[in-house]
Amino acid sequence: MSTALPDSIRSLFRSLAPAVDFCSLRFVEETSEQLSVRQDVLEPPATTVDCGAMVTVVHRGGWGYAATSDLSAAGLRNAIARACRWAEASAGRSVVDYSRIDLPRPQGRYASSAPSTPIPARRELIALLMQESAACRIDPRVVDWQASVWNVSTSQLYLTADGADVEQQFRYLVPNLAVTASDGNDTQTRSLGGQYNGYCRQGGFEILEQAGFHGAGRRVAGEALELLAAPNCPSGSMDLLLMPEQMMLQIHESIGHPLELDRILGDERNFAGTSFVTLDMFGNYRYGSELLNVTYDPDRPEQYASYGWDDEGSKAERAYLIRDGLLERPLGGAISQARSGMQGVANARACSWNRPPIDRMANLNIEPGTSTLDDMIRSVERGVLMDTNLSWSIDDSRNKFQFGCEYGRLIEDGELKGMVKNPNYRGISSTFWRSLKAVGDRSTFSVMGTPFCGKGEPSQVIRVGHASPACLFANVDVFGGA
Amino acid sequence: MRQYFLDLAARLDTRMRDGEDYQCWLSAESTDFVRFNRGAIRQPGHVRQIYLTLTLFDGRRHADMTMALSGSIDADRFVLDRMVAALRSQLPDLPEDPHLLRATEVRSTGHTLPSRLPETAAMVDEVLAAARGHDMVGLLAAGPVYRGYANSFGQRNWHEAASFNFDWSLYHQRDKAVKASLAGFEWDGAALNEKFADAGRQLSILQRTPMSIPPGAYRAYLAPSALQELIGMLNWDGVSEKSIRTRQSPLCRMRDGSVALNPAVTLSEHTAGGLAPAFQGDGFIKPDRVVLIEKGRLAGSLVSPRTAKEYGIDTNGADAGESMASMELAAGTLPASRVLAELGTGVYVSNLWYLNFSDRMNGRITGMTRFATFWVEDGEIKAPLNVMRFDDSLFRLLGDKLAGLTDEREMLIDTDTYGARSTGSALLPGALVKDFVFVL
Repeated sequence: MSTALPDSIRSLFRSLAPAVDFCSLRFVEETSEQLSVRQDVLEPPATTVDCGAMVTVVHRGGWGYAATSDLSAAGLRNAIARACRWAEASAGRSVVDYSRIDLPRPQGRYASSAPSTPIPARRELIALLMQESAACRIDPRVVDWQASVWNVSTSQLYLTADGADVEQQFRYLVPNLAVTASDGNDTQTRSLGGQYNGYCRQGGFEILEQAGFHGAGRRVAGEALELLAAPNCPSGSMDLLLMPEQMMLQIHESIGHPLELDRILGDERNFAGTSFVTLDMFGNYRYGSELLNVTYDPDRPEQYASYGWDDEGSKAERAYLIRDGLLERPLGGAISQARSGMQGVANARACSWNRPPIDRMANLNIEPGTSTLDDMIRSVERGVLMDTNLSWSIDDSRNKFQFGCEYGRLIEDGELKGMVKNPNYRGISSTFWRSLKAVGDRSTFSVMGTPFCGKGEPSQVIRVGHASPACLFANVDVFGGA
Repeated sequence: MRQYFLDLAARLDTRMRDGEDYQCWLSAESTDFVRFNRGAIRQPGHVRQIYLTLTLFDGRRHADMTMALSGSIDADRFVLDRMVAALRSQLPDLPEDPHLLRATEVRSTGHTLPSRLPETAAMVDEVLAAARGHDMVGLLAAGPVYRGYANSFGQRNWHEAASFNFDWSLYHQRDKAVKASLAGFEWDGAALNEKFADAGRQLSILQRTPMSIPPGAYRAYLAPSALQELIGMLNWDGVSEKSIRTRQSPLCRMRDGSVALNPAVTLSEHTAGGLAPAFQGDGFIKPDRVVLIEKGRLAGSLVSPRTAKEYGIDTNGADAGESMASMELAAGTLPASRVLAELGTGVYVSNLWYLNFSDRMNGRITGMTRFATFWVEDGEIKAPLNVMRFDDSLFRLLGDKLAGLTDEREMLIDTDTYGARSTGSALLPGALVKDFVFVL
């Protein structure tokens, strides 16, 4: 963050702050650069510098916000006036008396860990992408391929008129590589960590190493060709071994979203949906088998959605949401907690300065168990291993789901067999997690995430992290393509 | 705002060096967003945002930079200077772009629809009054949206429209709800009350004991909003020429001629009938209509300038993503008044939800029913249906299983607000299908 801008915003805000019950300002400055090479041609490089502030006012029970990219005194004055007008207009007509909610007044600093390997210059990055792109061209059936790096740095400032002051700085890096092979009417795409940027983390160039980016072009292209030649995934009820690149999606859709408190309170019912989870389930509902342990974990510095405070100023602290299969706690920030009377976590987050905070899942992880991958494979008489999400669909209560993966392997009589393509499975959240019969140990654990979790009215796409071991489920409805 | 944009372009005109030129795209809005839940206000506020994407060219080398601007030319001219300098420093690192296609013919256009909207707070008063006694949840978005394009050759394009979009649901309980919307350029309180009354009537049916049906194939009617979700899947690399060329589009088999849809299906990108700007980010002007599927056969695709250059074909002014912004499906002959009678016994689907491909190359799509979905017997609505998952082929649903499209169509204004308010729209009939496969 340039030092001048936040300092000037601090002093401006302090001088302009209105006489109301509560007033906060959230400033966000984000610089990102996307470099992408498709079929050995550099796509137009795109740099974005986004900068703006949101003022939130609570007064006489009402609540209002105004966001602006005009950070001059006049711009902030206008925003404060608009936020005051909305607070006034909503007083006595809101879902809750906002003035009765005791919002935090934090002070502190947070920063992503310093990169262990600095990000090289643009010219070197382009050369690396060109190299991996060229390595994809291994067969005429390889018809499309792309290698990319997305480099983001974000600075945030959270102030309240009565003294809160939190500054947070984040560095994100997102490598990706995808190869499409086609033969006749069949087309298969294989990627590095998923076509939706599963290898997204905080840190520096070391993330490419962790993701296996170097040398990925030839390897991923080879797998795309293998998928073309593979038979379709079989159909039937069988054991399902999900690897972390698919587990992240499974966690996200059928644990993360249903536990979001704003969904449970009904805010999302017109758009993202409601939840099969109700407030009375916390503390007694068996969400999964006794092997299931799920945490909200902002403490992993490399994970995509680690932070010190959320966008309502609550301090982020690790918490179990599901312990030994029992549902303990929802994903809800300070306002949702006050509305529901439930203890939640610090997950009221906004995608940027121009959207208000809502309950998001942040880092939502499955804790490692005790089984090795070999243990789990050996225990399967007939099943399929699936990896890397390709398709996802779930009902608005987050119950009936159907997911597809890029990659599958048959498991027969305790041994991993050949590759299968178009692997899909479907189930119902409320029963699926109870069929969890083994949880992988730390050797199977991987830190994943996605930059593209969509939700909210107005809508927001936000970063979330999901770390998980491989997990084995019994009697799942599995099927293939066509 | 238009003059501000022209001033930005004029500033850029003065900053180019020999051999350099530029194009820029402005995306801005000043929007009141009021979120409701339980018939009360949840989050009211205002967003004023101005983004400028500047592309600097030096021969065939080019790079883009997008920045948030303040809206004051006195402050932003210095931001522009910094953008030009930053891009200028990038260009030497970049190779020449073989897929670059420029709009060199100057075709300036202008479309301005000044605001005729009342104060948003007044709209909110009417919404809350109409919602009294209902469990209403939704979003009201109102205000002007601006898009602008300019380049060094002197082309200037402007699109400005002030509109509102109120998208809401009335809930009975749990997931049983009626979805409704009202959008336009002039607020109409009477239309709002009429929509609430209509939704209320549907809500009374939702209060009946819901039914569940076993998985299987059922005769079904897909209302325009449900059909929009299905056809909308063609915006996932379906009608994109690049995706067809790289064998990633589900329509590859239609291009090969091995698959055709029902002759009743004619699909267009109809820019002249939509709300989106008639120009795109590289300055190309969109034709009034691009026919994509004609009488069931693939007749065209959306070709961005970059794809056009890559494959040596003509562009048709498609955006870089090559997706429809003003979708139009031709009306059929099924009288809308006879939908229930023609459905006979089966499922009436008002909305579909969360669609995705389960086998993209075979056009197989899965998704859920949502909101008001009913079981119909002998042409009469009997009961609300609990949500069902379908998994079926688009080729079959719009092919041999299509029993008819309605003779009346509905204009659906896109409610998307990711990053910015959408200018997309869709004009669609409803569809009667002989069987629709539910799997869970």
